[in-house]
Amino acid sequence: MDFIGAYTPSHLTFLLEGFWITLQVAFLSIVFSFAIAIVVGVLRYARIPVVSRILATVVELVRNLPLLLIIFFTYFALPEVGIKLDKFYAAVLALVIFEAAMLSEIVRSGLNSVEKGQIEAARSSGLNYVQTLWHVVLPQALRRMVPPIVSQFISLLKDTSLAVIIALPELMNHAQIINGRNVNYVIPTFLLVAVMYFVVNYALSIVSKRLENKHA
Amino acid sequence: MIDFSILIDHWDMYLEGFGNTLKASLLALIGSFVLGTIFAIFRISPIRPLNWIGAAFVEFIRNIPLILVVFLFFVGLPAIGIVLNPFLAGTMGLTVYTAAFIAETIRAGIQAVPKGQTEAARSSGLTYLQTMRYVILPQAIKVVIPPMGNQFINLVKNSSVLGVIAGLDLMYFGDLIAADTFVTFDVYIFVGLFYLILTLPLSSFVSYLERRLAKGR
Repeated sequence: MDFIGAYTPSHLTFLLEGFWITLQVAFLSIVFSFAIAIVVGVLRYARIPVVSRILATVVELVRNLPLLLIIFFTYFALPEVGIKLDKFYAAVLALVIFEAAMLSEIVRSGLNSVEKGQIEAARSSGLNYVQTLWHVVLPQALRRMVPPIVSQFISLLKDTSLAVIIALPELMNHAQIINGRNVNYVIPTFLLVAVMYFVVNYALSIVSKRLENKHA
Repeated sequence: MIDFSILIDHWDMYLEGFGNTLKASLLALIGSFVLGTIFAIFRISPIRPLNWIGAAFVEFIRNIPLILVVFLFFVGLPAIGIVLNPFLAGTMGLTVYTAAFIAETIRAGIQAVPKGQTEAARSSGLTYLQTMRYVILPQAIKVVIPPMGNQFINLVKNSSVLGVIAGLDLMYFGDLIAADTFVTFDVYIFVGLFYLILTLPLSSFVSYLERRLAKGR
């Protein structure tokens, strides 16, 4: 094991560059998947006849597939039907599809957890269905959803590492490149990479716990 | 349209990959259940240093990517002279990773049993171990089963990382078939179907269990 050789300034900046890509992919995926998840979750909650059924099926299928397969699909299979994305956007698209399905389940069960009496009270005090949803159900549901959503974000950040298979130049990919230079760099590099993921995710999990206690 | 000849022509490869995916998932399930139980006991045991070891393991592993754990077994161990075959390295990585989640699940289940139960059992003369065995664990297991099912579903999906290290699983054979036929779209559709054969029944079973448990309360 060669810690000094593995932790040269050029290697450290190289890893940080990779981590920057990781964070970019994660951030874009979080924003888009969360937006889609809210829409899908609300549509399913509202039980719109055909739409809810179709969405339920799609969500169930996506949730039960490995993310790795979805990444392969967006990068290798979509070009066959004429949709060509570069590595970065193929990874983002795959993550958005997968995480939106996961998050929409959280949104839906959060909405379902709001007591029926709340809705009845809102409706009988003259609010229409959309107003009830927007002013009464969603605010309460969102508060309850925060902890599971944060843990899903942690998963998402970890899952970006799967883009290593399409050689997206993120953290894992850069670690592998350094490892390729000298076998003695492998363990020091992996340890450092683990610490980088850990610091960000652990911070997120502490935030999640705080919020959980606050709303309990 | 989807070309079924790919499935028929490469049936044996799909089947071998499917078998190995199932094998890796089951082995990792058993291994991570054992390892996870040990760490859960560490975390709730009255001995302080064991708490720390348990907490450190669970928090560290849960917050790093699975693929990193697998790489530690597949690339890290050979760097210090221990070489494992890809299937074994992948399965061990999966086991250690899943164990952290299972440890949390079991701990949460045990702690969901009201404290009064322990106090009542202890004051009626049972030892700590007897209390665990006859009072706490039988109640905890009911709470733990549905999330354990979810962990198993995740395990089946996560086993696809074996494909990254040539671990002979469904993903790996999917790659081989794609390289062989120059078709990717249809090949991966079939790969996906094979995963769904495993995960869909499991997930409807888990939601059935969840519903039953919710009713029992």
